[in-house]
Amino acid sequence: MSGDWPLWEVFVRAKGGLSHRHVGSVHAPDAELALRHARDTYTRRLEGVSLWVVPSAEIVASDPDEAGELFEPAESKIYRHPTFYDIPDEVKHI
Amino acid sequence: MSPSLPPIRPEDEAAAEKLRPHGAFDPTGIEPDIAVRRDLLLRLGDDALVLGQRLGEWCGHGPALEVDISLANLALDLVGQATLLLNEAGDGDRLAFHRDVLDFRNCLLVEQPNGDFAQTMARHLLYTTWQHMVLQRLRESADRFVREFAHKAVKEVTYHRELAAEWTIRLGDGTEESARRMTEGLDWNWRFVPELFEVDESMQAAIDRGLAPDPRDFEDEYRAAIAAVIEEAQLAQPEDQRAILGGRRGHHSEHLGHLLAVMQFLPRTYPDATW
Repeated sequence: MSGDWPLWEVFVRAKGGLSHRHVGSVHAPDAELALRHARDTYTRRLEGVSLWVVPSAEIVASDPDEAGELFEPAESKIYRHPTFYDIPDEVKHI
Repeated sequence: MSPSLPPIRPEDEAAAEKLRPHGAFDPTGIEPDIAVRRDLLLRLGDDALVLGQRLGEWCGHGPALEVDISLANLALDLVGQATLLLNEAGDGDRLAFHRDVLDFRNCLLVEQPNGDFAQTMARHLLYTTWQHMVLQRLRESADRFVREFAHKAVKEVTYHRELAAEWTIRLGDGTEESARRMTEGLDWNWRFVPELFEVDESMQAAIDRGLAPDPRDFEDEYRAAIAAVIEEAQLAQPEDQRAILGGRRGHHSEHLGHLLAVMQFLPRTYPDATW
C-alpha cells in the first residue's frame, strides 16, 4: 500500500531559534497525511516543535559525478574559515 | 520549621463532616460519592484500556509502515490515559489484568473487532469524537483529578479525532473499494453510538454531583460533527439500527472476553512476573 504513495522528505525544528533539519522520509497519499505520518514517526520522543514535509520528487540534487568540480576546489582555501580571529572568552555559542 | 503534615483541604473537611455522626458499620453517606466517582473513572478508564488494546492488535499488521506506527501511537496514548484513570480508581494493574469481563465498564463500541483498516477508523472516529466532547467538558468537572486528567488527555484526543476524520474522508472519497469498506465499517459500528448518550442511574449521579457532563447536551453537536465528516467523505449517512446497550453495566459482546484473554493471559498465568 505504501509503495503506491509518494515519498516525502521530513524536516524537524528541534526548538525555537534552530533551523529545520532533515531527519528522514515517509510515504503518504497527500501533504496533510504526510505531516501526520511525520509527526507520528519522527516526533514521538519530543524531538521537535515544528515540521516541514516536502515531496521528495521536488528536491533538486547535485550530481555525485560532479562532486569533484563542485566541492574539491574548497579544500585548499583555509582562509575562508574564520580561524584567524581571537574570540573573547565572554562570547558564548560560537 | 514548617509543619510536616500536609494542609487540610476544604474537601477533606467536608468529607470528615459527613462521616461524623456515623459508626463504622453505619451507612456513611460518603460511600455513594466514592462509588459514583469510581464508576466514572472505570467507565472512562476501561474505554481507554480496551480501545488501546484493540489498536495495539494492529502492531506489525498495519497497511503501511507509517500507519502501523501511527496506530501504535494512538494505542499508547490510550493505554497512558487508562493507567492514570485506573490508578485513580484503585490498583490499576489489578483492575486491568485481574478483573473478569462482567466487571468491565467500557462501552460496547470500543470492544468491537478491528475488522479492516476502514472499520478501525470508523470506530475511532465515532468514539474519539465523543471522547473529545466529553473531555472538553470534564475540564470543568467538580473533581480536581478529573479536571487535570481532562486537560492532559484532550490534546491527545484532539489529534485522534482529526486523524480518524482525515482517514474517513480519504477512504470514503477514495476508490470504489475504499468507499465500500468505509461504508461497511461505519455500518458495523453505528448501532453502538446510542450507548454513548445513555444516562443510567450512576451516570445521572455523576452529573448531579458536577463530576461529569450530561452527554445528551452534546448529542446534537456530535451527530452534526459525524454527519459533516461523512458528507465530506462523499458517503451516505448510515441508517439508524436497533441500538445495542449494556456495556456500562457489564453486559458485553463476546468480543471483549477474547480481547481480555489475550491481554490478561500473562499476568494471570505468572502473577509474580516482572519486566
